[in-house]
Amino acid sequence: MDKLLSLLKTNARLSNQELAAMLGTTAEEVDDRIKELERKGIIKGYTAIVDEELTQNDGIAAYIELSVTPKAQVGYDDIARLIASYPEVESISLMSGGYDLAVTLRCKNIKDASQIVAQRLATIDGVISTSTHFFLQKYKENGIMLVDPMPDERGQE
Amino acid sequence: MIDYTKLLNETAVDIKPSGIRKYFDIAATLDDVISLGIGEPDFYTPWPIRQAAIKALERGKTFYTSNAGMIKLREAISDYTALKTGVRYNPAHEIIVTVGGSEAIDLAIRTIVSQQDEVIIPEPSFVCYKPIVLLSGGVPVPIKTSEEHSFKLTADALKAAITPRTKLLILPYPNNPTGAIMTKEDLEPIAEILRGTNIAVLTDEIYSELTYGRKHFSIIGLDGMKERTIYVNGFSKAFSMTGWRLGYMCAPEEILKHSLKIHQYGIMSSPTVSQYAAIEALTACEEDVKMMVSEYDMRRKYLVNAFNSLGLHCFTPEGAFYVFPSIKSTGLSSDEFCERLLYHKRVAVIPGNAFGDCGEGFVRVSYAYSINHLREAIKRIGEFLTELKNNGYKDN
Repeated sequence: MDKLLSLLKTNARLSNQELAAMLGTTAEEVDDRIKELERKGIIKGYTAIVDEELTQNDGIAAYIELSVTPKAQVGYDDIARLIASYPEVESISLMSGGYDLAVTLRCKNIKDASQIVAQRLATIDGVISTSTHFFLQKYKENGIMLVDPMPDERGQE
Repeated sequence: MIDYTKLLNETAVDIKPSGIRKYFDIAATLDDVISLGIGEPDFYTPWPIRQAAIKALERGKTFYTSNAGMIKLREAISDYTALKTGVRYNPAHEIIVTVGGSEAIDLAIRTIVSQQDEVIIPEPSFVCYKPIVLLSGGVPVPIKTSEEHSFKLTADALKAAITPRTKLLILPYPNNPTGAIMTKEDLEPIAEILRGTNIAVLTDEIYSELTYGRKHFSIIGLDGMKERTIYVNGFSKAFSMTGWRLGYMCAPEEILKHSLKIHQYGIMSSPTVSQYAAIEALTACEEDVKMMVSEYDMRRKYLVNAFNSLGLHCFTPEGAFYVFPSIKSTGLSSDEFCERLLYHKRVAVIPGNAFGDCGEGFVRVSYAYSINHLREAIKRIGEFLTELKNNGYKDN
């Protein structure tokens, strides 16, 4: 992968000067390249990876497998775009294998999640079945460890 | 009561403990220390290598190997060395698998050096050469290298150090702690001085895979050098295998057969499981090494830029995983700088003089750490320098 991209994926807050030093180029060049990546839509945005466990927000995350009958012409697109428009939906992908759409939701509690599934997902025309799983513990997200990484034990034991 | 002064070997008593260790010991007593001191890779050993070791254990490979090491591994070392240096060693008679590069260095020095023999050691360099020479009854003859010559060994300095008692030249490149390298053009005049003499060379190339921008060149590739050279390398740095304790020495049979006796009586054979893992490393891990080198390279550039920006002039190293900034502008000695930085800002770096007197005025900073770790350390060093300046560089 592009070195600039892989650096930004590990830490999007590295300054252009820092990135330039690491890549052996100038801050202006880095700025130009980032703008180009943004313009081309390769970089879609920048976000914080939050350990929700440690925040004041209660809430739960759910992972839902949806089986769907694709529609003529548009396939899975229409349904996927509709679901993606729900504010509770954090991600949605078309999958190979035993089901079609994988949806992750963040919502207030189990009751809230079950309502979304029962009233807003299962009722969509074309959705054949749903299977809901709740996240218990996240260990790693977007390449970042959410639990303490292994301690650096070099030279200590 | 027993009188230990009568009991102990005088040389063992006289040699100093490694100057690197001191700062780790202080750091261990403090909280929230960011260390830049460690001289070992931060990457885990690539998974295929670990898997090869697990497989070896499952198959019950728990016995000694032949003294020189498994022939399959020696063949792999022979191929790998030929590929990297263009010089082929005979796996049957010219290679010993050792317990790390360290044992290979020890073997090499003990095989060559007799009482009062002089051993030329370019400094700054790794801490083990001098004590081993002393324990062998030899006389270390340090050569000062300087930033002016990019910390390279120059032909003039070598010529001036040679006497009729000179037995061995140690070539520690790519260099720990400076990160300096020797190119083919740098080595040729060194080789020219050695040709026609009875001076041996110990080339410690443990960092050979970790060079940036250009490929490492070994002195064994020059005319007349293989016959006098003991080539030392290992798995620790390139393959991130420090804890496996595995290295090797390659040398002409006339030298190596005597080293093998020392190894036989002192060690028996190197760890068997590690040897199985090492075959995998040499034959299937080129991509992993490339990935690590590219990561080190980014950190290297980041640090050189950061230190120069902070006003600590920093030589651009081309090898190993250290930068060696000058701290002379602070007016502090290397020891004062390291001690104060550690106590005031909880950042551990190693004083340059731990690697020879001419390292005074410099500190060694390892970049075997993640970028985020390095950034935090640089932030603290920046604060430290500002405070030093505000206090007029007085003791604080």
